[in-house]
Amino acid sequence: MKILTEHINTPGIETFDVYRKKGGYTAVEKAIKTMGPDAVVEEVKKSGVRGRGGAGFPMGMKWSFLAKPEGVPRYLVCNADESEPGTFKDHYLMKNIPHLLIEGMIISSYALGANKSFIYVRGELMYVIHILEKAIEEAKAAGFLGKNILGSGYDLELIVQPGGGAYICGEETALLESLEGKRGNPRNKPPFPAVKGLYQCPTVVNNVESIATTSWIINNGGEAYAAIGIGKSTGTKLISASGHINKPGVYEIDLGVSCDEFLNSDEYCGGVRKGHYLKAVVAGGSSVPIVPGHLFLKTANGEDRLMSYESLSDGGFATGTMLGSGGFIVFDETACIVRNTWNFARFYEHESCGQCSPCREGTGWMQKVLNRIEHGKGSMHDIDLLVDISKKIEGNTICPLGDAAAWPVASAIRHFRDEFEWHIKEPIAATRPGAVYMKESVLV
Amino acid sequence: MIELTNTIAFTPERLAKAQEMIARYPEGRQKSALMPIMHLAQEQFAWMSQDVMDYVASLLNITPVEVYEVATFYTMFHLEPVGKHVIEYCRTGPCVLMGGEEVYAHLTQKLGVKKGQTTSDGLFTLKEVECLAACGWGPCFQIREKYYMNLTNDKVDKIIAELSR
Repeated sequence: MKILTEHINTPGIETFDVYRKKGGYTAVEKAIKTMGPDAVVEEVKKSGVRGRGGAGFPMGMKWSFLAKPEGVPRYLVCNADESEPGTFKDHYLMKNIPHLLIEGMIISSYALGANKSFIYVRGELMYVIHILEKAIEEAKAAGFLGKNILGSGYDLELIVQPGGGAYICGEETALLESLEGKRGNPRNKPPFPAVKGLYQCPTVVNNVESIATTSWIINNGGEAYAAIGIGKSTGTKLISASGHINKPGVYEIDLGVSCDEFLNSDEYCGGVRKGHYLKAVVAGGSSVPIVPGHLFLKTANGEDRLMSYESLSDGGFATGTMLGSGGFIVFDETACIVRNTWNFARFYEHESCGQCSPCREGTGWMQKVLNRIEHGKGSMHDIDLLVDISKKIEGNTICPLGDAAAWPVASAIRHFRDEFEWHIKEPIAATRPGAVYMKESVLV
Repeated sequence: MIELTNTIAFTPERLAKAQEMIARYPEGRQKSALMPIMHLAQEQFAWMSQDVMDYVASLLNITPVEVYEVATFYTMFHLEPVGKHVIEYCRTGPCVLMGGEEVYAHLTQKLGVKKGQTTSDGLFTLKEVECLAACGWGPCFQIREKYYMNLTNDKVDKIIAELSR
């Protein structure tokens, strides 16, 4: 089922006219003319759609937490800070079909009673910001934004806000700080944004993809959306596929499609690149545990694994992983797990905001220890040291960046410990250019 | 290198744009316009010198340190003079899997600079950045607003030749 990407290849779909001809903005008309805000919230609740930024929290429930004190403005902020390594779906969606997000923003803002809403886009995507601003101008000219939308008395202004290059601003309270013109330091919670968010007013922060689903949900009903997918993983999900596959790109899947089909069918990734074997998979962005190929395709119980929130996390962190943001990265036998783990650790060290000691210090330590192992200067004690540091970061920080930094390291050691040991025991062999530890039994 | 004039001021078009940005936030929340205006400033002045940051502070009626603390937190703001083209090269995992390190080695050799350095002719500054959200189209780098993707050594040669003209 193609909900978000049905028209994405239609020439001119980035313009209002073509988008409108393809049925665009009918959901805004339906919501504003025939439904009240509460009915819109109700449909989104019924759909069961979960936060597509990575956390997977039910969106309708998040909306229902929004405090509504009299006389206080409420805000909707779209999180388009997409920075999780392996994830590029929001980039793809916004640049190709900007009106889908604008339409979703109007519907969602209407449902929440927000009159000024923001789309916070990572600053690197300045060209996408221009695309969105143009789309907003077009929608405004057609009467879908601005004062008294469709004669309903409802007013809405949309503002596109650039970030400045900081992964941490994908965390919702850091994003709000950044939007207020400050450093992106996450806030302590509670209070949650639903009570005190942007400018200390009640605020909802949702991912691009989540907001973009609302027009389909309004047009077709929450129940129809919930009928797609499997169990509590309702609807479709955009997966950004990268790494050693034949067809890197963004794919919209029905949640619940098998991992084997997603990786190997020509409709999606087209298999591991020709002539190579599957070694490992990061299924949901750099933060989620890396798993060996066989544990990606089948659970520890030997059941087929599915691309759903529940199936990917089956087995917990011992043998499973997470769907996360849908940043799907494939590693074949030429990939060095130690080098990749060091690369990711360097990323988290660079991106830690420095506010909490376990994360500020721990990410740096992990990077340094991994760096020396990768470069043939590690000791066996270093492996346990890494596990120890990762445990001391996990759960001890005010935002999830600490966990996000700890999990890739802990999981790489859990599943590929012998590869780390090889780097330590055979430093000369391991540091030869292009050298990779080979253990055929792990390949699929 | 781009020479800064002593008197820092936006062009009339940018000043109008900045004022428009300031006006779009709720009353009393004008500081929200800080980063948008900093991007505008970097577009005109190429890097965030102290003079530029002080000018931005004056536009928003905030203290200069409020601009400095933001400029030093976010990686997109250049705190030192840069060349005409700033190449922001993605060094993160997915691009590395696609050969990002090999292409990077070629690029540094071709330009004769290391990360953070500017070529002697002042044309190129090389910066390493983290994930640019283009993983399926890696290796990639960015110059101002433009993304250069699916890079190979040949492609890099062509881009550099074109920008050197």
